[in-house]
Amino acid sequence: MTHHHPDHDHDHDHGSDLSPVEARVRALESLLVEKGYVEPAALDALIEMYETKVGPHLGARVVARAWVDPAYRARLLAEATPAIGELGIGGRGGEHMVVVENTPDTHNMVVCTLCSCYPWPVLGLPPVWYKAPPYRARAVSDPRGVLAEFGVSLPETTRITVWDSTAETRFMVLPLRPAGTEGLSEEALAALVTRDAMIGTGLPLSPGSGEIRP
Amino acid sequence: MNGGQDLGGGHGFGPVVPEPDEPVFHGEWEKRVFALAMAMGFTGAWNLDGSRAARESLPPAEYLSSSYYKIWLEALEKQILANGLATRDEIAAGRASTPAAPVARVLAADSLAPRFRAGFPSDRAPEAPARFAVGDPVVARVMNPVGHTRLPRYARGRRGRVEAVHGAFVFPDTNAAKAGENPAWLYTVAFEAAELWGADADPGGRVTIAAFEPYLDPA
Repeated sequence: MTHHHPDHDHDHDHGSDLSPVEARVRALESLLVEKGYVEPAALDALIEMYETKVGPHLGARVVARAWVDPAYRARLLAEATPAIGELGIGGRGGEHMVVVENTPDTHNMVVCTLCSCYPWPVLGLPPVWYKAPPYRARAVSDPRGVLAEFGVSLPETTRITVWDSTAETRFMVLPLRPAGTEGLSEEALAALVTRDAMIGTGLPLSPGSGEIRP
Repeated sequence: MNGGQDLGGGHGFGPVVPEPDEPVFHGEWEKRVFALAMAMGFTGAWNLDGSRAARESLPPAEYLSSSYYKIWLEALEKQILANGLATRDEIAAGRASTPAAPVARVLAADSLAPRFRAGFPSDRAPEAPARFAVGDPVVARVMNPVGHTRLPRYARGRRGRVEAVHGAFVFPDTNAAKAGENPAWLYTVAFEAAELWGADADPGGRVTIAAFEPYLDPA
């Protein structure tokens, strides 16, 4: 947890070593606290929530459950928000979830060309590349080229659908369960589910691959 | 608006460069901007669509050359000024010299988790029957509003098919300007990649958008 409102100057003893943007943000926070519009403790709690509690480990639980439980998978694909809620997951930025399923013939990839819409409750806050122009520009027009930049090469026969998040519906990809995972527990399966696999810019890890997230 | 934010189909931005082991925030100031924007949004002085409109109203050259949270910071200050919550002098000084304006709510640390877990749904009771059904061919309207819209330029004038009907949702184009939620039916509309990008498009590819009914005509 971080404490960095103006009353707790523990990473800068003086204002003089602040960059212009740091000084500006600090001034703005002081003003908004003084005006009574924001509570410093709530700011700290917000940061802690999105730095330590909400993240792709939650989406991975959803995917693993769908891999082991066909009835859950059916509910997830039919009405994602309540199905995700069954695992105690949901909330701001994921009020209207849609889960799209990869198959041997189709691959799904999620983007927000207009801003940075991303399913926060299952994936956390988006990485910089997801919010930056290169991905937002080309995900819709050249998905295969973008996938190559992630080291993902799909068979030519695999059709790609790109989901542009232009409203409050939020998309998560249900990737294909990797081969050779028949005996794995739900928890072990969840460890194979990367963030990028749920955006559609990656594939799940293979068991024993020794690879690391994302 | 046809601003710097409407990026779909653009060229010249270079490759996508993922950062290994990327932290959630890059630097303390990003955390504070994120939290300030969330907490100020909670006051009810503006809405989510208004925030998006403020961000995309930055001049395109500035939008495209700014980091993500820099854009949030610029937009946040703009909204604070536009809604009379502080003056330019106060923002520059970081100190209040006028009384606070009344706000509907202040986010408290202890209510944060349950409030965010409940979320802020955007679906509303429909005011009319849906004009389209799954399978209907539609064409996205050609429109160039100077205000906020969520119909990307690459889809305008293109033919697609309704793939899902989601219900009625807050209409961003009016809500952003505080001109009413005007619930509108929301659809998933799928376009063939070749319809959007021409003969060089990925074979068999498709792009879907979430399209509000006022963005669509029968095809």
